[in-house]
Amino acid sequence: MYDVIIIGAGVSGAAIARELSRYQAKTCVIEKEEDVCCGTSKANSAIVHAGYDAAPGTLKAKLNVRGNQMMGRLSEELDFAFKRNGSLVLCRDEEGMPALQELYERGLTNGVSDVRILSREEVLAMEPNVTDDVCAALYAPTGGIVCPFELNIALAENAYTNGVEFKFDTKVEEITKREEGYELRTDKGVFTAKCVVNAAGVYADEIHNMVSEKKMHITPRRGDYCLLDKSAGSHVERTIFALPGKMGKGILVTPTVHGNLLVGPTAVDVEDKEGVNTTGEGLEQVIEKAGMNVKNLPMRQVITSFAGLRAHEDGDDFVIGEVEDAEGFIDCAGIESPGIASCPAVGEMVAQLIRDKMGLKEKEDFISTRKGIVKPDTLSKEERNALIKENPAYGSIVCRCEMITEGEIIDAIRRPLGARSLDGIKRRTRAGMGRCQAGFCSPRTMEILAEEQNRSMSDITKSGGKSRIIVGTNKDTL
Amino acid sequence: MEVKNLTCINCPMGCPLTIEMEGEQVIRVSGNTCKRGEIYARKEVTNPTRIVTTTVKVLNGTSDMVSVKTKEDIPKEKIFDCVKALKNVQVEAPVHIGDVIADNIAETGVDIVATGNVERQISEYVRS
Amino acid sequence: MEKYDIVIIGGGPAGLAAAVSAKKNGIDRILILERDKELGGILNQCIHNGFGLHTFQEELTGPEYADRFIKQVKELDIAYKLNTMVMDISQDKTVTAMNREDGLFEVQAKAVILAMGCRERARGALNIPGFRPAGIYSAGTAQRLVNREGYMPGREVVILGSGDIGLIMARRMTLEGAKVKVVAELMPYSGGLKRNIVQCLDDYGIPLKLSHTVVDIKGKERVEGVTLAEVDGKGKPIPGTEEFYSCDTLLLSVGLIPENEISGKMGVEMNPVTSGPKVNESLETNRKGVFACGNVLHVHDLVDFVSEEAAAAGKNAAAYVKGENPEEREGREIRLNPVEGVRYTVPATINAAYMDEELTVRFRVGGVYKNCYVSVWFDEERAIHRKRQVVAPGEMEEVKLTREQLLQYPDLETITVKIEQEE
Repeated sequence: MYDVIIIGAGVSGAAIARELSRYQAKTCVIEKEEDVCCGTSKANSAIVHAGYDAAPGTLKAKLNVRGNQMMGRLSEELDFAFKRNGSLVLCRDEEGMPALQELYERGLTNGVSDVRILSREEVLAMEPNVTDDVCAALYAPTGGIVCPFELNIALAENAYTNGVEFKFDTKVEEITKREEGYELRTDKGVFTAKCVVNAAGVYADEIHNMVSEKKMHITPRRGDYCLLDKSAGSHVERTIFALPGKMGKGILVTPTVHGNLLVGPTAVDVEDKEGVNTTGEGLEQVIEKAGMNVKNLPMRQVITSFAGLRAHEDGDDFVIGEVEDAEGFIDCAGIESPGIASCPAVGEMVAQLIRDKMGLKEKEDFISTRKGIVKPDTLSKEERNALIKENPAYGSIVCRCEMITEGEIIDAIRRPLGARSLDGIKRRTRAGMGRCQAGFCSPRTMEILAEEQNRSMSDITKSGGKSRIIVGTNKDTL
Repeated sequence: MEVKNLTCINCPMGCPLTIEMEGEQVIRVSGNTCKRGEIYARKEVTNPTRIVTTTVKVLNGTSDMVSVKTKEDIPKEKIFDCVKALKNVQVEAPVHIGDVIADNIAETGVDIVATGNVERQISEYVRS
Repeated sequence: MEKYDIVIIGGGPAGLAAAVSAKKNGIDRILILERDKELGGILNQCIHNGFGLHTFQEELTGPEYADRFIKQVKELDIAYKLNTMVMDISQDKTVTAMNREDGLFEVQAKAVILAMGCRERARGALNIPGFRPAGIYSAGTAQRLVNREGYMPGREVVILGSGDIGLIMARRMTLEGAKVKVVAELMPYSGGLKRNIVQCLDDYGIPLKLSHTVVDIKGKERVEGVTLAEVDGKGKPIPGTEEFYSCDTLLLSVGLIPENEISGKMGVEMNPVTSGPKVNESLETNRKGVFACGNVLHVHDLVDFVSEEAAAAGKNAAAYVKGENPEEREGREIRLNPVEGVRYTVPATINAAYMDEELTVRFRVGGVYKNCYVSVWFDEERAIHRKRQVVAPGEMEEVKLTREQLLQYPDLETITVKIEQEE
């Protein structure tokens, strides 16, 4: 029996696992996909919001501000890309000024540091590509951007290093209350735990409803995005928002930590919890609305488009805490924006809640740091040559768009909780994430994966399950 | 008299060909800009042929496949017979351009020749 | 640091032909840097026939065509490094490259020839909506898997885009046992060569749907089908024309883009239409001693013309190294002006003092024009007026100018190339 089972290996589940691994507890993360970071965590704006959006007093407000404060140190401990590039909320007409003022005051109430309102001139001096009809903007220098894959992977790897188990391709089908704790029936067998954490993203309602009479409802709210080539990455330096509306924060334009430009998302409520398909209308809307805030967007530079699902709970706030009628069952649900920004604080909050409940003691040998995959382009020529001499695979470029070497790919496969699919490699190394979108490198990446894991080429998948890349050999059906 | 219109496939110019026929008899070819166009047109309306290119497996080579072609064009209706006949053909490396891989493929009287070079694998690693 | 007269970036058809030509024009210290494990570039996976009619008066396959040049490179004892990625070229032509054996290393070049080729446009460039499952490949990726490695990427295939690689792959996949259901083309005309439509689609009864595009991709793990729709004159899908095709594979053949990341970084001026460098009559970029040829300069249809262009670049680079050209060019730089249906020209400028007896100006048109004239105007005077039955964007056009002809116009400022209709 486990002390704790966490359902879901997205950023929330991984953050909880990592924080919990500070304590003496037998913990396991169960994930239905083949890897961490496969749901909401992989397809979002990757924004570390400053914290002025959420209504004061809400969990969203509290955890966002706290999470934002924690992110800098966490990124150093766990070696993932994070940058405080600052954010601007644009007001495009005088009528919007009261709302902008309200946002500013909310920022102050929520405890966001250094927020201020900028004049039109100040905004345009800061961001010359912002629309000419801007009349003012809220500036939050603490706003930031992060690589959500790296964040999620780093948290999980560190949790694993500190003893947390991970079970992938394992779907929870039924949860039963036992005298002590819970029994989880999955498609890979039965597991029991004293305490269960529900961090199941868009499925958190289904998991919650397995144990509670007080039903929860999560709406998958789809957002379409376009990602632009690095040649467009410096079009804006800060994250540019419009004044928020009912359905979220509107279409934003932001650089990414890797130097691309990201535009989106739309907001459409859907039924399908796997409905991550983009639509023609959605992509059109992204292009049109982004153009209202930022001028001369080079939309010809789009290299890919994608959609993500936000886990929107009816109450419009994060739902974190022990379920009233299910002792030892802890929800971490409704984690939509600002979920990425909040995740360090969410992890801390849930771990402390469990610690207090179960009387967990701190480990003496907790390892708080983790080294990411080496990034050769950040090394000096001498360091790089030393690396190649030690391991020639670092001298062989596989992904020419992002300049990713064989050494990095092999590391991504061999490290703890290593990659098992092309998407797994992509999210760990960026191989295949560049302008040719894996056109050149995927055959070689597949070969490396097959060699490393002693699998046949036809077993290699894009993202686990039935997503095989190759279906046979030449003439085999003739 | 019957008139047929074709696009010449001999070279990338893709000349539009007009063929005037009397029954099975070609009376006149026009639209071609070289001699090959006329030959193609006459053949295409009576006995169309194609060069077939494909691959065969290589054993113990630096690559698992080698590209091959029919040394000359073969009747169009024999294309699939030709490819099928190569389904289980394997050659031992090394293979070089021009090496005959199979003779008289699908009873066409035409040989299959290699169009690529695959050297013998010298490293220890052989892909499973 | 090793010093070379000419460093050639890329060992594909352009790089090979440039190297051979430079050597034959008297340059000894030449180095080819190739990122792949063998010379020949993309030709190695183009196993179909149809190459070399122009160059060798023979019909060769891609690997055979490449081999002719590789043999010459070896016979001429030209140095090359395989599995070597060029990372950077500095303003003073120090080339930084990397491989397993040498690590990160630098070579100093007197002249550089850019011959990196091009890459395929990906799905994102078209913003095709739908899911993002396995089973979506660029045609070139599928070509590599099938032709080089013997793997079938799918059984039932829909192809978007009628570029030559897409057409060629329709036939290849069919011959290897797949069912190619349809080729859809957004434009009202094909982007490929006519002969490829005949021998790759018509021969196998594969329908080509012009003015159609993919409006949805179904399948969460692997492609299960795609929806095509007809598009209007602006390329927008027309509601009500949707048609579902069940398939496990979508191949994209939606255009090629010259790979100029390194050129851009070293300050080479680009032509936004071709995405390739702007060059003069010597195929030299705005950076002195930096030349470009082949698909990195502008995307070609025929490798024969790549070889021809690359040979010119090699010869011109040789002349540069030998100091045959003065530091400051004399004479008039004539600007080429592509208008009225002509999208671009290569070269972009001509200085008659440095051109050969004859110069080929290559260009593409922006639409299909029937019974038209390709016209070249020397300022206000029409110098060439050539009747054409049809010109189309899928087929590169050319006009030839002679030095003698240009020298007759000492005050010439602009050469305008355009498509003129019947008067």
